[in-house]
This record gives sequence, structure tokens and C-alpha cells, in this order.
Amino acid sequence: MTTPAPGRPTPDRPTPGTSGSGTPGGPGTARTVLSGADIGRVLTRMAHQILEKTAGGNGVVLLGIPTRGVPLARRLADRVRAVEGVELGVGSLDPTMHRDDLQLRAVRPLAVTDLPDGGIDGRTVILVDDVLFSGRTVRAALDALAQFGRPRVVQLAVLVDRGHRELPIRADYVGKNMPTSRQEAVAVRLTETDDRDAVMILSEGAGR
Amino acid sequence: MMRHLLSTRDLSLDDALLVLDTAEYMATVADRSVKKLPTLRGRTVVNLFFEDSTRTRTSFELAAKRLSADVINFSVRGSSVSKGESLKDTAQTLEAMGADAVVCRHPASGAPHRLAAWVRGSVLNAGDGIHEHPTQALLDAFTIRRRLGRIEGLSVTIVGDVLHSRVARSNVWLLSTLGAAVTVVAPPTLVPVGVEQWPVTVSYDLDAVLPGSDVVMMLRVQRERMTAAFFPTEREYARRYGLDADRLAAMPLSALVMHPGPMVRGMEIASDVADSTRSTVVEQVANGVSVRMAVLYLLLGGTREVP
Repeated sequence: MTTPAPGRPTPDRPTPGTSGSGTPGGPGTARTVLSGADIGRVLTRMAHQILEKTAGGNGVVLLGIPTRGVPLARRLADRVRAVEGVELGVGSLDPTMHRDDLQLRAVRPLAVTDLPDGGIDGRTVILVDDVLFSGRTVRAALDALAQFGRPRVVQLAVLVDRGHRELPIRADYVGKNMPTSRQEAVAVRLTETDDRDAVMILSEGAGR
Repeated sequence: MMRHLLSTRDLSLDDALLVLDTAEYMATVADRSVKKLPTLRGRTVVNLFFEDSTRTRTSFELAAKRLSADVINFSVRGSSVSKGESLKDTAQTLEAMGADAVVCRHPASGAPHRLAAWVRGSVLNAGDGIHEHPTQALLDAFTIRRRLGRIEGLSVTIVGDVLHSRVARSNVWLLSTLGAAVTVVAPPTLVPVGVEQWPVTVSYDLDAVLPGSDVVMMLRVQRERMTAAFFPTEREYARRYGLDADRLAAMPLSALVMHPGPMVRGMEIASDVADSTRSTVVEQVANGVSVRMAVLYLLLGGTREVP
């Protein structure tokens, strides 16, 4: 996922159309931090951690945050099934309508919200996203979740934590901690939405 | 997305599809335990109705409230001041109140266009004279797509008082943008001048058109707008252009019967046809809320700065 240029109010979720495109305009460098194989290993570890921390995945629902959190949630569920044969609930949750920064940019298209059968009441919901940045998306997702019921526990799993939090939010499962500067952007590519699996750090206008 | 919604004629295919896709999301909100979203908190929507309307006004009101906007209903009727003047005065009042969106219904065609030039907020046309009624066409398209799975390639027949119908005009433009083949059927006296410039086929024979129609949209005969005798008797109109059980049987089994309401049962549509499972009349009302939520979100949900 690409994150915007410096000085902006740092919304951490660009529209799906732009986050899937290549390097942002202008001269810059793209440094691959996680390869496809690395992402596979990281997800396997996270699947084990989820099983460990939720006592075998009992009553767990994985909710991906569009766009790329959704395939990540599915992959985590696949790995949990491969490891212990446990079937977790999988779905998606679009937090757009609950964001506090809607007025700061052009109108955002909406993505699908799809909860697994049985809902979320009394369950352990694990929100899944690709990049944790300001924390505003997660805050909006927590509000969106309240519309559908009252989970017993809500946890957060992210592939990359790049820092720069603006809210008191932390992840329970982190694929990779990646210290970045605000001038940089983190781009996640997944085969389900893009051409390949990779996590890159993009330095915009590196010559400046 | 555009700043105002004044007509479907200037709606691009991408914008039309964006509205329909967004409405799909909004439709799911009605199934939730909490049917309210905080998205338009702090925004003010003014319902400015110069013509009577229960259905459209309450639909817009509910849509705005589901998105947490503040709603003000501003009903103006039978003003003795000349229309242009009173509209401008009202616009200035709304401007002073800081309305973010004005939902306008007016008996004069083009009134919302004038209004759009006078206010800073977004203007949504909720029906202007015999010109357009864009949200009705959008909810009709949404209903068709939900029932039949697509719009492109369908044959849609619009029957009745086309001359006085803003619903017909909005549907003609929108449905042809979305790739449907539209036929209008009406008595010759109720076919508007200039229809040859519309992207439609014109027919005067309902029975000939019905077997090839995927959707049949019946229009209300608008007595209140009729200044002359357009047909001999109501009985004759119903016999030639009304949809009864026999005509329903002549339509393909999967074909839909639509009506924007309010219906005149026994005139343009027989009562048993209106209540049949192939009629979407009640669905259209429910879908109206979803579509209007989508339009309000797309017009008010982003930054106010014009790029």
C-alpha cells in the first residue's frame, strides 16, 4: 500500500485504485523489504501465534479490511487449517463510512462488508490489514464492528507495522515491524490483487 | 463524481455504475442491527419541495438520517410571488443557513439548474416539471439490476403518459447509457415533440411490444398536468394502454412490471397485476432509500474543495 506525501494529514488508506499502482510519480526508489517467500513465512508464523493466543482458534473470526486485508485474512485461515485442521470464520469489513477523515480528500468508493454466518456476537474477532500506520483505519473498523454486534474480544493482525501512530492502537500480531520515515511509503503487493507478493518501501523524490 | 445531481442525461456510465454499486453497499445497512452510519454527521440536507410529495420526500429524509445528516423540510406551496423570484429568495435563505445539500422538487422544468447556480452546496433534483427525476431512474435501474442481474442488452418498455413524465425522460437517458434498448409506448397525443432525438424506439401498439420486453415500466397518467383532452375516455385508455392480466400473460415469464408510483389502479395498471410477484412496486420504494443514500454519500462524503 502506498501512503501519501509528507505534510498531509496522513490518512493511512488510499483508494484501492491508487494503492495498487506502481511507484508514485516523480523520481524515487523502491526497496523490497519482504519477498514472496518472506511473506509466506511471516503468515505461517502469524497463524501459529493466532492458534497459540486464542487457545486453538476456538470461536475466532478473521475480518479483512479491504482491499488487501481481505486476501490476507483468507491466507491466515488457510494456514490455520493446514496446521491444526481448524476452520476459522473469514469475512471482510469496510470501515470507510466510519472514518473521521472523509472530508479531507475526494469521496472514497465503498468495498464489500461480508460477515461469516453466525455473526460476531461473543466471538473473538481478529481484524486483518496489510499496513498499520496512523491507526485511523482500525479506529473506524472498531466503530463499524459495533454495528454488527458485540464481539467478546477484538484483536488486530497486520502484515507490516510502519509506526507513526496517531491513536492509542497497537497490533496483537505483527508480521514485520518496519521503521519508516513519513517521507517514505510502504507498498504491499499480493497476487490476489496485484501481479506478485512483495512488500516495498518507496522513497518519493529521493534526490531532494 | 459530480457536484450536483440534476439530470441523468449528463451522467457518465462510470458515474451511473458508481451510484449503483454504492447503493448495493447501502442496501446492506438496512439488514444491520444498527441501521445508522455516522458518515454525514454535521452536514445539513434541506428538502425544498415546491410540489406535493410524500414518497420522494420521506425517502430522501430517511436516506439522509441513516447517514446522520441533519434534515430540514422546507415546504413551499402556492406562492403568489413569481416563481423565479421566490426561488432566488429561497436560495439566499438556504445559503445563509449553510445548507450542504438541497433536495429540490419544483413544478418548473430547469428550476434545480437555476438553484445550483445560486447556492454553494450540492443540488439534487427530486423532480422538476416534466424534465427529469434522476433518483427515480437510478432506483429503477438498481431494481432491474438486482432482479435480473444486469441492464446491458435488456429490452425496457416505458408505457403511458410519456409527454408529462420526468420519470420517463430520466429513465430513457440512464437506461440507454447503461446499455438497455428502450421502447416508449403511448397514444400519439402523449408522445412528446422531439422524441426522434431520444435514444428510443417509439410504438403505439402495446400488444406488439410486450412479448419482446424484459421490463415493462408503467407511467401514471398525470391528470394534473393535462391542459387538453389527450384521449377520449379513461376506459379507452385503459383498454389500449393499461396493463391487465391478459397482457401480463403475453410478457416473457421473467419480465418485470414496474411503476414509479403513485399508481392509479384500474387505469394504467390493473390491481391484480400491481400486486403480482412480478411487480417490483414495493421493492422500488425500499431501493429508493438505498439509492438516495448512495447519491448523498457520493455528493457529500468527500472534500468540498473543487479540484
